[in-house]
Amino acid sequence: MSDTAITAGALPAPKAENAVAWGFSRAQFGALAAMIVFLAVAPFVLYPVFIMKLLCFALFALAFNLLIGYVGLLSFGHAAYFGMGGYIAGYSAKALGLSPELAILGGGIVAGLLGAVFGWIAIRRQGIYFAMITLALAQMVYFFCVQAPFTGGEDGIQAIPRGNLLGVVPLDRDMNMYWLVAGIFLGSFLLIHRIVHSPFGQVLKAIRENEPRTTSLGYKTDDYKLVAFILSSALAGVAGATKSLVFGIATLTDVHWSMSGEVVLMTLVGGLGTTFGPVIGAAVIVTMQNYLAELGAWVTVIQGVIFVACVLAFRRGIIGELGNLLKVKL
Amino acid sequence: MEDLFGIPAPLLFGQVLLGLINGAFYAMLSLGLAVIFGLLNIVNMAHGALFMMGAFVAWLLLDKLGLGYWWALLLSPFIVGAFGVLLEKLFISRLYKLDHLYGLLLTFGLALVIEGVFRNEFGSSGLPYRIPPELSGSWDLDFMFLPIYRAWVVIFALVACLATWLVIEKTRLGAYLRAATENAPLVQAFGVNVPRMVTLTYGAGVALAALGGVLAAPIYSVNPQMGSNLIIVVFAVVVIGGMGSILGAVLTGFGLGIVEGMTKVFYPEASATVIFVIMVIVLLARPAGLFGRA
Repeated sequence: MSDTAITAGALPAPKAENAVAWGFSRAQFGALAAMIVFLAVAPFVLYPVFIMKLLCFALFALAFNLLIGYVGLLSFGHAAYFGMGGYIAGYSAKALGLSPELAILGGGIVAGLLGAVFGWIAIRRQGIYFAMITLALAQMVYFFCVQAPFTGGEDGIQAIPRGNLLGVVPLDRDMNMYWLVAGIFLGSFLLIHRIVHSPFGQVLKAIRENEPRTTSLGYKTDDYKLVAFILSSALAGVAGATKSLVFGIATLTDVHWSMSGEVVLMTLVGGLGTTFGPVIGAAVIVTMQNYLAELGAWVTVIQGVIFVACVLAFRRGIIGELGNLLKVKL
Repeated sequence: MEDLFGIPAPLLFGQVLLGLINGAFYAMLSLGLAVIFGLLNIVNMAHGALFMMGAFVAWLLLDKLGLGYWWALLLSPFIVGAFGVLLEKLFISRLYKLDHLYGLLLTFGLALVIEGVFRNEFGSSGLPYRIPPELSGSWDLDFMFLPIYRAWVVIFALVACLATWLVIEKTRLGAYLRAATENAPLVQAFGVNVPRMVTLTYGAGVALAALGGVLAAPIYSVNPQMGSNLIIVVFAVVVIGGMGSILGAVLTGFGLGIVEGMTKVFYPEASATVIFVIMVIVLLARPAGLFGRA
C-alpha cells in the first residue's frame, strides 16, 4: 500500500491468523478493554455530560470513518445526517412525545433515508466531485432547516425532554442517561467493527484499493458504496439524535458545513481507517474546544492549523502513528 | 408600469440584475477553481476565503493608506495573488504526489485559518465600503432604475472572464498551460518550467478570486463569512458546469445567477436551494456536468 492512498493504513495488511477473535487483533483487544474500563470509570471521575458529548462525537466520527477509512469516500456533508438526526429526535421527543429510544431510532432512520437519497445521487461522481456534491447537498439541508417550521429556525428546538427509557428509567438523572449513551456508543462501535470485518467490509476495502478491479471481479461497486453510505449516515443520525437528547437542544450548528469539517478533522487527527482513531480524534478535538472555548474565533484558527499540520506531516493520525511505532494495527 | 408574467417589471428586472451580479461572482470564482483544478488537480477550498481577503485588502487599503477603489482594483489581486503564490510554495506544492483529497483537506484548513484570523481581527459584523463616486448613482432606463455600480460589476466581470479565456485559448502561455494540464511531464521535457507555471497559475486563479472580492466589497458588506457562504454554491456551479470548459464555467455561472434571481421573484422560499436542486437534476441527467468531459 503506498502513501498516496487516502487511507492512513500504511501498515501492511494484517494476516488473518493475526486476529484473535471477532476480527480483533491482540493489540485491539487490549485497546478495547481499556476503552470499556474507561467507559465504566469515567463518569465517576469526570463530568458525565462532558463524557456524553465526547461519546456522541466519537460515534459521529466512527460513522464518518466507515466511509473515508474503508471505502475511500470523502463525504464533506456529514453534518446533514448528524443535524437531521438531532432535529428528528428532538421533534419526536418534544412535539410528538415519543419515548427516548424511539426518538433516537427515528433520528437514525430518517438520517439513513436521507443518506440513501443523497448517496444515490453522489456516487454518480468520484473523488473530489463526490466531496463537492455531498457538501452542496448538505448545504441544501442546512437551508431547508433554516426555513422548515419544525426545526424552529434560528432558535432551534429547545428544552427537549429526555423522558423515560422504555417508560421506566428516568433519563433526567445524568448517570442514567450516561449508561444509555455509553451503551449506544459501544454497541455502534462493535457494529461498525463487525461491518468492516464482514465479507461485505472486505468488498468495501477492495473498492477503496482499486474500484475498477473490484468491478471486474463481478461486484456491483455502486451498490456496495450506497449501502455503506446509508449505514454511515444512519449512524451519524443516531449520534446527532443522542446528542440532542443529552443537551436537550437541536440547532443549526449541527447541520452547518463547519460541523462537516469538524468530523473530518476528528477522524484525520485520530487516524483515517483505524479502528480506534476516530474515538481518540473526537476526544482530542472536543477536549480542545472545551478548554479553548473562551478564545472564541481562535479555536477555528487552531483547528485550521491542525488540519494543515495533519495533512502535511501527520497523515496517519495519532492512532496510525502509534500503531506504526508499536508495529501493531489499532 | 407594465407587468410581466403578473410581476411588476421593475421588480423582475431588478432581481434579474441581482442574479446577474451573483452570476458574475459565480463565474469568476468557478473559472479560477477550474483553472487551478486543471493544472494542480486540487479543489481549492480556500477560494472563498481568498475572495473575502480580496475585499478586506480593498477595505484596508482605503482605511490605512487612503487608497481608493481604483487602486484596490489594481493592487488587491496582486497582493492576494502573491499570498496565494506563497501558500502554493509553502504548503500545496508538497501534496502533488498524494491523493487529490489531501489537497482539498489542506486548503480547507487554510480557509479556516484565514477566516478565523479575519474574524478575530474585524469581528463578524460587516464593514461598509463605499461605492466610488464615479460609479455611484443610477440610470433611468424607463422600465427600471439601473444602479451604475451594478452594471459596472457585471460588465467588468464579463471582461475579466473573457480576458482569462483569451489568455488560455489564444496565447502561447495559454497553450503551455493547456498542454501541461493534459500531460505535465511531457511539457517539462520540452523545457518549460512547469513547477513555476503551476505556482503562477495558482496565483492567477487566486488573483481572480480577489478581484471578485474587490468588486463585491461595495455591494455586500465586507465580512469574514462572505466567502464561505458563496463558495459552497460555487462548488455546486462547478458540478453543474463541469470543469472541462472555460466558457462553460462562465456561461453556467451567469446562467445560474439569473435562475436564482428569477426564483427570488417567483418562489422566494426556494431561492437559497434552487442551485442545489439544479445540481441534483443535472447529476441525474448528465453526471459529467453540462460542459464536462465524461
